[in-house]
Amino acid sequence: MLAKLMGYFLLGLVRLLTGSQARWYGCPPKAEQRIYFANHQSHADLVMIWAALPEELRHVTRAIAARDYWTKTPFRHWLTSAVFNVIYVSRERTADEDPLEPLIEALGRGDSIILFPEGTRGHQGLPQAFKAGLYNLAAKFPQAVLVPAWINNVQHVLPKGEVVPVPVLCSVTFGAPLHLEPGEDRRAFLDRARNAVIALRDV
Amino acid sequence: MYFYLKNLSPTQQIGALFVLVFGLLLAASITAFSFTIREFADETEAENRRAQLRSINGIIRTSWFMVVVFWLGWMMGNRVALTLFALVSFFALREFLTLSPTRRGDHRSLVLAFFVVLPVQYWLVAAEHFDMFAVFIPVFVFLALPVVSALANDPQHFLERNAKLQWGIMVCIYGMSHVPALLMLHFPGYDHRNAFMVFFLVMVVQVCMVTQHLMGRWLQRKPVAPAISTSFNWPSWWIGISVASVFGAALAGITPWVPGTAFAFSFIACLAGSLGHFVMKALKRDRGIPSWGKEGRAVTGAGGLLDRVDALCFAAPVFFHSARWYFDL
Repeated sequence: MLAKLMGYFLLGLVRLLTGSQARWYGCPPKAEQRIYFANHQSHADLVMIWAALPEELRHVTRAIAARDYWTKTPFRHWLTSAVFNVIYVSRERTADEDPLEPLIEALGRGDSIILFPEGTRGHQGLPQAFKAGLYNLAAKFPQAVLVPAWINNVQHVLPKGEVVPVPVLCSVTFGAPLHLEPGEDRRAFLDRARNAVIALRDV
Repeated sequence: MYFYLKNLSPTQQIGALFVLVFGLLLAASITAFSFTIREFADETEAENRRAQLRSINGIIRTSWFMVVVFWLGWMMGNRVALTLFALVSFFALREFLTLSPTRRGDHRSLVLAFFVVLPVQYWLVAAEHFDMFAVFIPVFVFLALPVVSALANDPQHFLERNAKLQWGIMVCIYGMSHVPALLMLHFPGYDHRNAFMVFFLVMVVQVCMVTQHLMGRWLQRKPVAPAISTSFNWPSWWIGISVASVFGAALAGITPWVPGTAFAFSFIACLAGSLGHFVMKALKRDRGIPSWGKEGRAVTGAGGLLDRVDALCFAAPVFFHSARWYFDL
């Protein structure tokens, strides 16, 4: 109940601050298993995509959050687990654990996921090179539809180190789905995916 | 008819006015809709007509939007009207600053602009501190904000960034706040009718803009500054202002003025409004955008709100301070 209210509050806040406009260019919002991947510039990115999705898809679409940061305080933990229902991943790589394990589990259950393949927040206008996770998941779950997304302007809302957000209009542009070609090289695929995200900047 | 209206109470008069205006708008909307049904044999002709209709529909939508805002404001009292205008300011400024991106170093100044300057300005209006309200932004805010930006330690494009921010504040907060401020003036012998003054200003400016727009299409004269506006030319500008001023003189009955004075005030408001709109066009060209709502697509949900109110933002302060000076309030 409280989580639901918090969700609506955040949704209202995001709409007020950013207008949170979803622009579906390459594909309509659809209830199929999807992997959304986007550029990452701000903490608010997660909330932006989450707010851009229609309500009925929001529940089955889960973002990925770093376990060490987002479970540090009880409030952060509650926010990410109860409100956003995120998938926690650990940032430190230990020998016996595959960092993709929680994602594979979620995809195996049929959830859609939101992935930021740069791994960390970027500072430049263009996203950094994508990490291998997207490729591995695409190879493992060929039925999941890969949807590129470009999040515009969010870095102006809340730059790193600031606490009070500023109202600036933002939008999320969703592009045409991508497919992993049979036998496609990992690097080639990741570059193609990155270019698909960048191409959405100008539509 | 005239005496019947004259003998109504101010509230009834305002009510009658809104009925009239809503009726006119409805008629305009229906007419525009009936044009969309018509078929054309020639495809390019049809495309031309459709483009014209789209721009006319835009104007009708603006008028609806503004009339509904005023109607709500009038129904709910001054405080609600002020809040509504504050919201319009907020969304307009959000639009302005989205399309004139600032740098990280401006973050704190932006926070101040949205969450301190805007509420304080509207509070000053509500509290009727007119002297403070007139100088708060141009004197105090314009000196304070660059300091906050400078403290962020980023000299790059410093002057440009501050100019953007201060223009946004000047147009969207300062200019806009003068519209509801009209509700607060105590004109001699003109009690409880201030809603008429707001209505008068908005109607006159809107009539000027519409006439100018239609004349621009009809006359097809050489534009004064084609790089900025392909439609702005002096003859249609003059016609727009004259028609609106005559219209203002005809509305003198709802103002505290005689027709001659009403004509003069309409003239001043239209001069400021239409030229202000032209200036905002120059700002848009600089950003390489056709309208504040991205390419006609609604980014805000409100869809180019600033396009709808920019003339008013320029007309209101000039009108307000002229009226204050004229009555020595």
